[in-house]
Amino acid sequence: MSENVAIIGIGHSKFGTRKDVNLPELAWEAIKPALDSANVEQKDIDFYVVGNAGMWSSEAAVPSLMAEYADLAPKGSMRVEAACASGNAAIRVGYTAIKSGGADIVLVLGIEKMQESPNPTIIELIGRFGSYFWEFENFGLTFPGYYAMYGTAYMAKYGATEEDYAKVAVKNHYYGAKNPYAQFRKEIDIDTVLKSPYIAWPFKLFDCSPITDGAAAVILASEEFAKDVEDKIWILSQGVGTGTANLSRRDDFTTLPSASYAAEQAYKKAGIDLDAPWKYLDGANVHDCFTAPEIIAYEDCRFCKRGEGVELIREEQTYIGGRIPVNIDGGLKAKGHPIGATGVSQAVEAYKQLLSQAEKGRQADIKNGRWLTHNVGGTGHFTYVTIYGLEKR
Amino acid sequence: MDELRKAIEKNMEEFGFPVTIDERLGTLQWVDMRELRLRYVICIENIMPFFEGMREGKLITTKCKKCGRLFFPPQKDCPSCRDSEMEWVELKKEGVLETLTVIFVRPPSFADYDPYTVAIAKLDDGVKITAWLKGDPQKVKVGQRVKVEISRRKEGYLMYELVPVE
Repeated sequence: MSENVAIIGIGHSKFGTRKDVNLPELAWEAIKPALDSANVEQKDIDFYVVGNAGMWSSEAAVPSLMAEYADLAPKGSMRVEAACASGNAAIRVGYTAIKSGGADIVLVLGIEKMQESPNPTIIELIGRFGSYFWEFENFGLTFPGYYAMYGTAYMAKYGATEEDYAKVAVKNHYYGAKNPYAQFRKEIDIDTVLKSPYIAWPFKLFDCSPITDGAAAVILASEEFAKDVEDKIWILSQGVGTGTANLSRRDDFTTLPSASYAAEQAYKKAGIDLDAPWKYLDGANVHDCFTAPEIIAYEDCRFCKRGEGVELIREEQTYIGGRIPVNIDGGLKAKGHPIGATGVSQAVEAYKQLLSQAEKGRQADIKNGRWLTHNVGGTGHFTYVTIYGLEKR
Repeated sequence: MDELRKAIEKNMEEFGFPVTIDERLGTLQWVDMRELRLRYVICIENIMPFFEGMREGKLITTKCKKCGRLFFPPQKDCPSCRDSEMEWVELKKEGVLETLTVIFVRPPSFADYDPYTVAIAKLDDGVKITAWLKGDPQKVKVGQRVKVEISRRKEGYLMYELVPVE
């Protein structure tokens, strides 16, 4: 048993079009620096977990592939799938394995090689992540489409505009430009977003996260093992929520119930006041698969009251120096969104931010020593909210 | 994809392998020779009355005989009372538009359609329904009245759709 679990090492590949490597080569780009920074050997790993949604890439038995390529055999492993939250779900498995005493050191790898399939195939496959029969089969919903219905409802209820949504993309590209691992390292302006073609109204091309190849890895360790490690952060708490398959089974389209629930659970377990939890945090990574869901995430994570998320972005309160910096690694929007890697990439970012190792121009002030990550799978089907800290609980 | 196939055939002949050079990165790629085609066969036996209802122009769904809980989409079992005694009830085909989107970039399996509007409406009976919305999406507003109509799709099968009420 280990009451507390630490992240003692991290690794992150360059995100983007990675047709210069195959899947295990891409994974190694994250695994090697994770092992190096944790100062552990493969033989020290008790168990490893791979977050990978797959389908668009050729290899299905990714843990075995990595056993072979990275010398991880014969240790136990599994592949975890929770759509776009597969990465944080994989962390959940490693975290609980160590907490329960089932392992001392766990390697968590998140990887996706989406570009092994052409874009139309990917659009076809991701559209099916809703309720297959009642949403996709007969009405051809696409992934941008599901979230666009949230975007429309939010605009109707709170008076947000397409220009407000564009501001999220502008912020995330601003920080993505400063992240050497990001897919898009180019700043954009509001006009770039507004003049880009419609994908699913009200979302345009620049409201959408891209199709990305990438890998990220973390090494988790028990309190006993981590006590002598210098560079580490602790998992303070996790909250996990599940939502209905069909959007039509939800009460409201301006909040993800799975995310509100997961955030509340995470705050309660970390002993953080639910009234103004942002006061206890130094920053956050939220699941900005599209622009509007970042604003909804502000509200689900209680960074502001309902309906005020749009004010946060208008007033630039989620830039460094504002109320709470959000997605200052570029977010899914500019850093890229390799489905299974995203949740692990958020953990890597929490580690870098809390230990003040982020690149120039995108380091938050660390005063409270706490960072939140919010990773959503499907159309709000699964949400994992994890709070990391410099000090253990 | 046809161009890619031609290029591969040429490369197989010239170099001996189904390979191509990635346009952007200039890196060598093996192009999979094993194409997967998927078509699922989904059981609708237990919600058959729903489809029979559509044939008569009706929207019918399940209601738990014990607790009265109404389900849409229809389902065989009531998780509230862990009972499977359901009755089929007809829904009033009117309600209020809650949200919508226009799908411009379509999946390849919907390539035969022009951009289409998907909407969610709350029916007067209390359940919500996701469907295509007929007509010009720029002329509708969240909160307005809509009705449900059943019509034949381009593919030839019957399906419900939402229609704005003037």
